[in-house]
Amino acid sequence: MAKIIVVTSGKGGVGKTTSAAAIATGLALRGNKTIVIDFDVGLRNLDLIMGCERRVVYDLVNVIQGEATLNQAMIRDKRTENLFILPASQTRDKDALTPEGVEQILNNLKDEFDYIICDSPAGIERGAQLAMYYADEAIVVTNPEVSSVRDSDRILGLLGSKTRLAEQGKEQVKEHLLITRYNPHRVDHGDMLNLNDITEILSIKLLGLIPESEAVLRASNQGVPVTHDDDSDAGQAYADTVSRLLGEDVPLRFHEAQKKSFLSRMFGGRR
Amino acid sequence: MKLLDFLKRERKKSASVAKERLQIIVAHQRGHRGQPDYMPMLEQELLEVIRRYVSVDQDAVNITLDSEDDCSILELNVTLPNSKDDT
Repeated sequence: MAKIIVVTSGKGGVGKTTSAAAIATGLALRGNKTIVIDFDVGLRNLDLIMGCERRVVYDLVNVIQGEATLNQAMIRDKRTENLFILPASQTRDKDALTPEGVEQILNNLKDEFDYIICDSPAGIERGAQLAMYYADEAIVVTNPEVSSVRDSDRILGLLGSKTRLAEQGKEQVKEHLLITRYNPHRVDHGDMLNLNDITEILSIKLLGLIPESEAVLRASNQGVPVTHDDDSDAGQAYADTVSRLLGEDVPLRFHEAQKKSFLSRMFGGRR
Repeated sequence: MKLLDFLKRERKKSASVAKERLQIIVAHQRGHRGQPDYMPMLEQELLEVIRRYVSVDQDAVNITLDSEDDCSILELNVTLPNSKDDT
């Protein structure tokens, strides 16, 4: 039975799709059969980040409306074994998603996969609520910045009330905090919220911390999830995040400012 | 003297300002968490009714909904202006 994990945030542009792609890739690299689903109907982007935009024929909405089968719409990732992508529709509007349709797709995928990653659209409207509704766990992506933290708190409120688990009243969706675009230098200067402040305000457990990194833009430029760039800080930070998601106890990295060595300052070692 | 003041004055770090602001707003948001969807409308309409009789500020009305075991308590707190000014 697959575990359904929603990657959500409320605010846009904080790194939901980057994180969903990187975490799905990491899970697949660790041998888990994984599918990542784009719920952002009308503004799909996951296919670009995963580098499969030219292979999209059918999408989530086609499957819900019975115009294609799930197998026709799923795209097998070329780089990573065990990894599949289900793209969102670019042309339809978000009302094309129905709770029954989404439930049926997830039920069909549940037996075949170990992990189903739902990449939520921004906002707290229908698309975002459908992406989280059937989730077992949630990864709340947050930037160290006031509006992002506030929106994350709003999303936590919805996770606690507008999900299937919450409505059944038996158990809660397991909530994880993923802080992205963290800049330890700015934190040291007192110009950026530090990770303890954020975890304290939101009072959920920290799953991972991704430093602000040049590798992220480089990865999206190329359409290769940043997890594959295992020399980069962001790539390693996502790999750590995946390990923790799998229950391993991995110490936090990249949260302290590194003093640049004399040599790297001279030669500008950037990576 | 002014220069000395300037040097001595410790500028408050922007991150701690952000933290304080967030703590307040998040506490406020959580107060509203789990309340029924009609609450903001109810609050607005109650305020309108009260304003027909007394002129009160937007934030002079405070409504909370507490749930206990088998009942919910709707608590309405209105701070009325001093009656002398009201005439």
